[in-house]
Amino acid sequence: MELQGLDIDVVRKGSGQPLLLLHGGGGPIAQMPFADGLAEKFEIIAPTHPGFNGSKIPKHFTRIDDLVYLYLDLLDELDLTDVVLMGFSMGGWAAAEMAVANSSRLSRLILVDSVGVKVGGREDRDIADVFALPGEKLAEIMFHDKSLAPNPADIPDEQLQIVAGNRTALGVYTWDPYMHNPKLPHRLHRIKIPTNFIWGASDGLVTLEYGEKFCAMIDGATMTVITEAGHSPQMEQPDAFVNAVFEVAA
Amino acid sequence: MQSWWFTEDCYPHLPDESTYRSIRVDLPNQHCDPEIANDLYNRYLDLWCACDEIGLGIMLNEHHQTATCMVPAAPIMLGILARQTQKSRLLILGNPLPNRNQPVRVAEEMALVDVISKGRVECGFVRSVPYEAAAANIMPYRGSDRMWEAHDLILKAWTTHDGPFNFEGEWYHHRQVNIWPRPYQQPHPPVWITMGSNGSARPVAQHKHIGAVFLAGYPRIREVFDGYREGYLEAHGEHAPLDRLAYLGLCYIGENQREAEEGARKLLWYMESNKVPPEWSNPPGYHPPAVSANVMRGVTGSGVPTRPTLEQQMARGNVFAGTPDQVFEQMKSFWEYSGGFGHMLMMGQAGFLSDADALKSMRLYKAEVEPRLKELAANSDPAELWEKSKAAPVKDGVDIGNFGVEFVR
Repeated sequence: MELQGLDIDVVRKGSGQPLLLLHGGGGPIAQMPFADGLAEKFEIIAPTHPGFNGSKIPKHFTRIDDLVYLYLDLLDELDLTDVVLMGFSMGGWAAAEMAVANSSRLSRLILVDSVGVKVGGREDRDIADVFALPGEKLAEIMFHDKSLAPNPADIPDEQLQIVAGNRTALGVYTWDPYMHNPKLPHRLHRIKIPTNFIWGASDGLVTLEYGEKFCAMIDGATMTVITEAGHSPQMEQPDAFVNAVFEVAA
Repeated sequence: MQSWWFTEDCYPHLPDESTYRSIRVDLPNQHCDPEIANDLYNRYLDLWCACDEIGLGIMLNEHHQTATCMVPAAPIMLGILARQTQKSRLLILGNPLPNRNQPVRVAEEMALVDVISKGRVECGFVRSVPYEAAAANIMPYRGSDRMWEAHDLILKAWTTHDGPFNFEGEWYHHRQVNIWPRPYQQPHPPVWITMGSNGSARPVAQHKHIGAVFLAGYPRIREVFDGYREGYLEAHGEHAPLDRLAYLGLCYIGENQREAEEGARKLLWYMESNKVPPEWSNPPGYHPPAVSANVMRGVTGSGVPTRPTLEQQMARGNVFAGTPDQVFEQMKSFWEYSGGFGHMLMMGQAGFLSDADALKSMRLYKAEVEPRLKELAANSDPAELWEKSKAAPVKDGVDIGNFGVEFVR
């Protein structure tokens, strides 16, 4: 669909309450089995952030708030109300910022292994520096079951170039300040809609401890922990993940 | 033909390579002994000062968080040399503009050294190599665009003499730009920019700046220089003079072939020691996706130490080594194949090459090679040279994978 003069790829599936799904730095996830599970009770609306999946990054897109205003416009454009806003990792950051900016079309916020805030001191590495980690180390922190980590050698060139493009886009939105907005904690009080965190117990990119501190920053927010899952519980434990969503939101 | 002598100021006294993952970015500085570093800095400065006595141009650069180059602030080295030398021109190649948050400060530094040196600064601007992203904490995506914006601001700062101007660009904002001093050279010091592809050469040509290419070798040199020459002709309606183009290779000259090869092998430390894993050589947005995918897959080249032999590096046009006669012939062959250039940049010291050996090569170059190169260039017409170059059959040299992808792609 066209938004802000940009051609945005949006996957829509299922029927029911609208659920705006914002993917993380790994790229679009609406084709994964968990999304089919959610589609049984929700109408999923899953845009691809500009720069991901081979799409162009507009020159003026340089920060997370470019996505925030893009998707606030999407809600207006589709005239959606009573929306469940679900964000994963970097998409969670965008989702939290959206809820802060304007939650009039939202009824619930779900943050999954989300980045976006700093919880420790200036010398604490709250969020693993994914751009500085060797591939094998990255696999270790991202997955509970390391064997799920993709091996670049097995990925066809065309797909690997898309992965490279996704990394660039992730960098554009999150480089500095790294994966967070220092002002966000001072604004989270504006979120008045029910908020639920879902977290992979083995996440090493943003640990469960980080998630709990983030969760404590939003009044009344709850935390559901998915065991035997890393940074992407929706991928490693799709059934448990879908159940967790249905428990809080359906 | 002008000749420039370069050393990267390395710190070669490292533990066994198997004990560390990377020579750049995260090699702990516990391995840097300040006493040894002091000795090295003074040796390197002495070698540059020898350029002044011998009659070679001085070239220096900067890198960060690395033992391959101990100069994290090239303008400071430039400032020292401005006072310690009298004649040599001082080429800084270059200021890594996208990684400098204040281009106006760069304009000030260069103007300062230009005035102290009585107008001997040759000011290079570079996008910088991928390993610098982490050290500078700068996202390298659109680094070239960022470099050009900084360039525009610096040029305007150098050439504005009637009080403050305003600049509010995409990356750089500065509301009261009015540098003191102004540069000694008018309207400003010569500007050099490194080029890595046909496309990146064109804007350099449009500005009539000097375009420098590092280690492109036979396989890549023509497409980059052609980009410059085409861009120049298109923009200015005349052929690019030879003095607008520069090429850097490693160079060692000995009195006999054995001595020369021994010296050249020591220079190869520069390439052989560059152990850099993909997390530092492939920051997001530096390389186009196709190159980045190659690095992810672990294809030879960026991120993987390259170990081509001296013979391979020479065949590729990355290294010139031999007796004065041999080096002249090697340079002449490359020069003609490339379509000609007016600046020979030589890395003449690296690794454990001794000062005495470095000096011997410099003197031999000055006495026996440079005069012949000057004569060659003086009697050549750029348009004819270009035609001959285009007609020359492709000479691929030696395929050494992604080598040099940081410099040329």
